[in-house]
Amino acid sequence: MRSKAKICTEENKKTEALLKVKDLSLSFIQYASGLRQTELKVISDLSIEAYSGKILAVVGSSGSGKSLLAHAILGILPSNAILNGRIEYDGKELTQEKKEEIRGKEIALVPQSTTYLDPLMRVSNQVIGCVEKENEGLMKKVQREIFQKYDLKPNVERMFPHELSGGMTRRVLVSTAVISSAKLVIADEPTPGLDEKTLNETLNYFKDMANKGCAVIIITHDIEAALKISDKIAVFYAGTVLEVANVEDFKNNGENLRHPYTRALWNALPQNKFQAIKGHQPMQDEVTDGCIFYERCSKKNVLCSKGIPQFKDVNGGVVRCNNVS
Amino acid sequence: MKIFDIIHNIYIQDKIGLLYNRHIGGNNVLDNEKIVSFAGKKLLRLMSLLVVVCFVSFMLIQYSPIDPVRAYIGEMTVSAEHKVMLEEYWGVNTPPQEKFLNWAGNILKGDFGVSLIYRIPVIDVIKERSAASFTLMAVSWLISGILGFTLGIIAGIKKGTWIDRAIKTYCYTLAATPTFWLALVLLMVFSVYLGWFPIGLGVPIGVTAGNVTLFDKVQHLILPAVTLSLLGVAQIAMFTREKLIEVMSSDYVLFAKARGEKELDLVLRHGIRNVALPAITLQFLGFSELFGGAVLVEQVFSYPGIGQAAVAAGLRSDVPLLLGIVIISALFVFFGNLIADIIYEFVDPRIKQQEATL
Repeated sequence: MRSKAKICTEENKKTEALLKVKDLSLSFIQYASGLRQTELKVISDLSIEAYSGKILAVVGSSGSGKSLLAHAILGILPSNAILNGRIEYDGKELTQEKKEEIRGKEIALVPQSTTYLDPLMRVSNQVIGCVEKENEGLMKKVQREIFQKYDLKPNVERMFPHELSGGMTRRVLVSTAVISSAKLVIADEPTPGLDEKTLNETLNYFKDMANKGCAVIIITHDIEAALKISDKIAVFYAGTVLEVANVEDFKNNGENLRHPYTRALWNALPQNKFQAIKGHQPMQDEVTDGCIFYERCSKKNVLCSKGIPQFKDVNGGVVRCNNVS
Repeated sequence: MKIFDIIHNIYIQDKIGLLYNRHIGGNNVLDNEKIVSFAGKKLLRLMSLLVVVCFVSFMLIQYSPIDPVRAYIGEMTVSAEHKVMLEEYWGVNTPPQEKFLNWAGNILKGDFGVSLIYRIPVIDVIKERSAASFTLMAVSWLISGILGFTLGIIAGIKKGTWIDRAIKTYCYTLAATPTFWLALVLLMVFSVYLGWFPIGLGVPIGVTAGNVTLFDKVQHLILPAVTLSLLGVAQIAMFTREKLIEVMSSDYVLFAKARGEKELDLVLRHGIRNVALPAITLQFLGFSELFGGAVLVEQVFSYPGIGQAAVAAGLRSDVPLLLGIVIISALFVFFGNLIADIIYEFVDPRIKQQEATL
């Protein structure tokens, strides 16, 4: 009886999301003129879920606050940030203390550029990170194995970050996550300005991680790259997620896409219709009562300007839109 | 003096900015070639600096109302014909350009002339005085560097707390304190009221040179060294603080944090590593301030160093000694800047390896 119950919970765990972000809001306190404080909202009511063995891509345009989502999950926001909402990790709430305890161990970040490496520290020391003296030898061995796997020559170990090429930097950054044996990997813009070959290589590293059972979140503005490897795509717009779609929904002309913005995004790609829509994302200090996409939407109606639409399950995905059923 | 300080500070900031923000373009110089060209450039610079320094200071003295004969005679009374002979000897009526060439020629031969007030060759005065000053400056340079760096790191870690404010207040106060005033205050408190240290000089009065112990020398060194160190702390502490705050808000520290490194690890692993080089560079660039400070401190404590000799030479119109000291101090400051440049060009791996691998 008991063992059966255990199996049940194990199975439950497999289908349960490893990371659940629910109604996450993030704002910054700013001092406006004089001593007046203003709150600048950068993320509002954002919900995503990441599953073990799957890749979730969070896709949105640059400068829309996507990186802050990663920082919020890892608990490395600046001190003037106010975080609301609930983050659950492995079924338990992820508090700031818990974040500090498990970051680097169970949750790993793959940062976006070489500026995230200490310019005066040799690469191997950075990949190994801060470990106790007695573990150093072991970690060194692990690091060598990882470097070999990623085709980084032994002399790379003793290099400084400025000596790495773009592709090498990528592999070194990915190594920092692999060496931690994390269960959840968050990659922040892992493919900026990479050539086709390096891009595919980098994406494969993440695919590998997912195949080994990691939950992977890729934060990117590159929808094409995301489509190559992801299982689900969360469409990020003006600080919130408008739709979480399955990768298959993007096939054909995107008729299966649920939100008007996702379709617009899809149609804007060069290989599709190459069609841009008018307007721009609302600025962070613009307050909207209704749907955040209201101004630019082609299907808007009266209801859309009143109240934020709730998430709806549609065709195996979720969407925040009144006009989808 | 103040204007000189301001210009010097601008120069330092410029230099530091240049050192650490400049984008390094790739150039195909091998290490050896680089050293040779670096040394050549510096040597050329040193030569031109010395020529200009010699010429300008010689001309300044030439046109100042200094009478070498008066300075030589001092309080003695001499007959008129004796005076004419002396004028002849000191070349009062020789045209300035000829005088300069004579003097410069002697300098090149290593002859700095004879000091008018000490009546021994200038080079001997400088040797003897430099030894005392060197100890004083080296001690205070080290103490101010270590203390300033430590205070800066602490203030940077504790940014915004009362500790930070206390250190900042201390630094601003010191930066606004005239050297001689601080020296006088310390002298009054510790030597006059408390009687812990001797009032002045480098050795006890009334003791033959053979009987002066090391303890005596150290005891006489403490107060001047403390004064000079306390003043040197401000600049390096404020610089270290700013730099540490900058480093701690960098991407790489954020990433290290995301990988589970704790506050102290971050400072020890990344903070100090990235702050140390610019701080040491700044400390070497501060050689000129060290020298300037030493002049005043030695004067107040009657410490028999090169700074005091400079003041004496200036006040009592000892032209050969004054010019000798000017040259030595120019060399000293040049040397400090040279070390700073060497650290930048050859120690920082970002520059060193960049060129080695290309």
